[in-house]
Amino acid sequence: MTVNRRAFLKLAAGASGTLVASRASANAVASNSGVEPFGVLVDTTFCIGCRKCELGCNQNNRDLPRRDSPQFEDKRVFDTHRRPDATSYTVINRLPTVDTKGEPVFAKAQCMHCVHPACASACIVGALQKTPEGPVTYDAWKCIGCRYCMVACPFQIPAYEYANALTPQVRKCTFCYEQIVTQGSRPGCVANCPNEALTFGKRSELIELAHAKIATHRERYIDHVYGETEIGGTSFMYLSAVDFKALDLPEQGDTPTPALTEKIQHGVFKGFVPPVALYGLLGLVYLSRRKEEVENTAADKDEHHE
Amino acid sequence: MSEHVAVPMRAKFFTPGTLVVFAVAAIGICIYLARLVLGIGAVTNLTDQYPWGIWIAIDVASGVALAAGGFTSAALVYIFGNERYHALIRPALLTALLGYTFVVIGLLADLGRYYNVWHPMLPMMWQGNSVLFEVGMCVMVYLSVLYIEFVPIVVERFLGHVALPGPLGRLNRFSETLLRLADRTLNRFMGVFIVAGVVLSCLHQSSLGALMLIAPTKMHPLWYTPVMPALFLMSAMAVGFPMIIFESILASRSFKLAPERELLQGLGRIAPVLLGFYAIAKISDITIREAWPYVLESSPQALSFMAELGLGVLLPIALFLMPKVRKSIPGLFAAATLAVLGVALNRINVFLVAYNPPFADRTYVPSVFEVLLTAGLIATLVLVYRAAVIIFPVITPGEPLVTPVPARAPSQEDQPWVASESPR
Repeated sequence: MTVNRRAFLKLAAGASGTLVASRASANAVASNSGVEPFGVLVDTTFCIGCRKCELGCNQNNRDLPRRDSPQFEDKRVFDTHRRPDATSYTVINRLPTVDTKGEPVFAKAQCMHCVHPACASACIVGALQKTPEGPVTYDAWKCIGCRYCMVACPFQIPAYEYANALTPQVRKCTFCYEQIVTQGSRPGCVANCPNEALTFGKRSELIELAHAKIATHRERYIDHVYGETEIGGTSFMYLSAVDFKALDLPEQGDTPTPALTEKIQHGVFKGFVPPVALYGLLGLVYLSRRKEEVENTAADKDEHHE
Repeated sequence: MSEHVAVPMRAKFFTPGTLVVFAVAAIGICIYLARLVLGIGAVTNLTDQYPWGIWIAIDVASGVALAAGGFTSAALVYIFGNERYHALIRPALLTALLGYTFVVIGLLADLGRYYNVWHPMLPMMWQGNSVLFEVGMCVMVYLSVLYIEFVPIVVERFLGHVALPGPLGRLNRFSETLLRLADRTLNRFMGVFIVAGVVLSCLHQSSLGALMLIAPTKMHPLWYTPVMPALFLMSAMAVGFPMIIFESILASRSFKLAPERELLQGLGRIAPVLLGFYAIAKISDITIREAWPYVLESSPQALSFMAELGLGVLLPIALFLMPKVRKSIPGLFAAATLAVLGVALNRINVFLVAYNPPFADRTYVPSVFEVLLTAGLIATLVLVYRAAVIIFPVITPGEPLVTPVPARAPSQEDQPWVASESPR
């Protein structure tokens, strides 16, 4: 199957001429600015479902609808499965599974701030940007509201303000960009976590920390850091005692999500050679045809002149 | 052979049929206005899981595909030199022009911030990684090219006859000067635009097929393939001529003209070849990716795929290949309609049916308003088309019908001096 597929890809590249770009293009997006990007390690084995991260998020992101803290103490929300939406950038779910000790499992969901974000690659106007510090930011002023980012996101995170008639925005976790980059503090959710389920730091250090945790508590964790390599890496990474799929983290390969489209895009437009070549070719045929035709019509005119 | 000349249709704009279409259009326009004022949420069933609905799948994606007759006919006549199909160029051009115009109008309804639609033009916002950016730019430029290609038809109709109503009459001389200027310059450069139209079409027709490749985990394996751009281009090329057959037969019926039998039969011979290439590519793709087992699943996706391939590609090929079918106008019409619906279904499949987002609590089903708006746009397009062929010399009448013929003379009092088809 794999071999077949690879052979097929090669064939396709030859046949359609669309896949010829360098493999590097998708990887050349960020990470050459010298800044060590930030990340968050979500250790779901420490999460007790207190929803304090949701509260911290709401307090930090002032453009979200205000909610008072008692609202975040309501545990009945766990009866339904929730996803981040246009009014909340992060939500905790109690999963329909239990850990080895029979305890309920909770998982936080928010934008993963991918290393190679599909949303930013998809965005027609660059309203979504991958910053060197890690956060994927959104500029509503540029946005045209096409919602291609929502189609592209493999975690189905960006939400839309469908109810807003005139100035709807794409809404998703900001990684508290202002706080972490300009003020040097931690994002709202992390700062508010009472149980060390959330750790903020340099992404590379968090990866080391995650592997150290797994190594010291083999019985506690599945031996995998979700987000270390998935779709080329994410800024939010997860540790878990149960299958990651149960945490609403879909199975993903290591290829960055936008790799194929970017390859096609940069292949077709490599130095504008293919379109210009096609134009030149068709133009030549057109010209040669036209010359013929002019001669013919000149002859025709004499014939048909009645 | 084709001594005929394109003439404005002599017909009343309003007929009982047009009134029905008018009603559908009016409802659609009301919903369109409501959407602009009340927002997307008020009229659609779109959700965070399903951000794209039929406005994208039908109005935009299918719209672009079905407007392909414009570039395929231009390529056939101007580049491959099949001069005898000249009579079909103008109707195809008009369809493409209106098709793309309505693609943009439909897209505006779907854009949350429609007033920002011009943003991709600003160099500071250019985003070369985005497939959508390329599609947007190509469609924009191509639409301009289509309007430029239409100018000679306006010149032919109005040069020397400009008589604007009421106070606009003061602009008569100015308009006349513009038309004369266009007449003197444009034909010299028309080749530039014609070739550009073909290239731009190839680019964005294929890129439309790359759009959904950014969501590999959400796409059904029956449609997710790295060669989707090639399949989109091939299907656009394949649907161009069936679309011309389809609308030519409809137009001749509507204006009580004899269909361009010979030309349509000719196209009916080319169509199965192009559809055949598409079918071979599609079937090989499924085979090489070992995706046939998915066809045998009992899922809506499998069903929709079989309908798309069987009824929308293979059946029209079979029909087009039968001389008996090709020789009869209803036969041609049936085969063409199937091919047109087949490609439209392919676009709907790719953008809606194949799209399976994680965490969706319910599937997307378009709201009544979404359906009515889409129907309204199509109805408005039909009305504008009708108005355009009554005003401008677009349709070349074939042999007159033997049965009662409305006044229709090959040469009219307002016939311009350019006797043959002009864009050259």
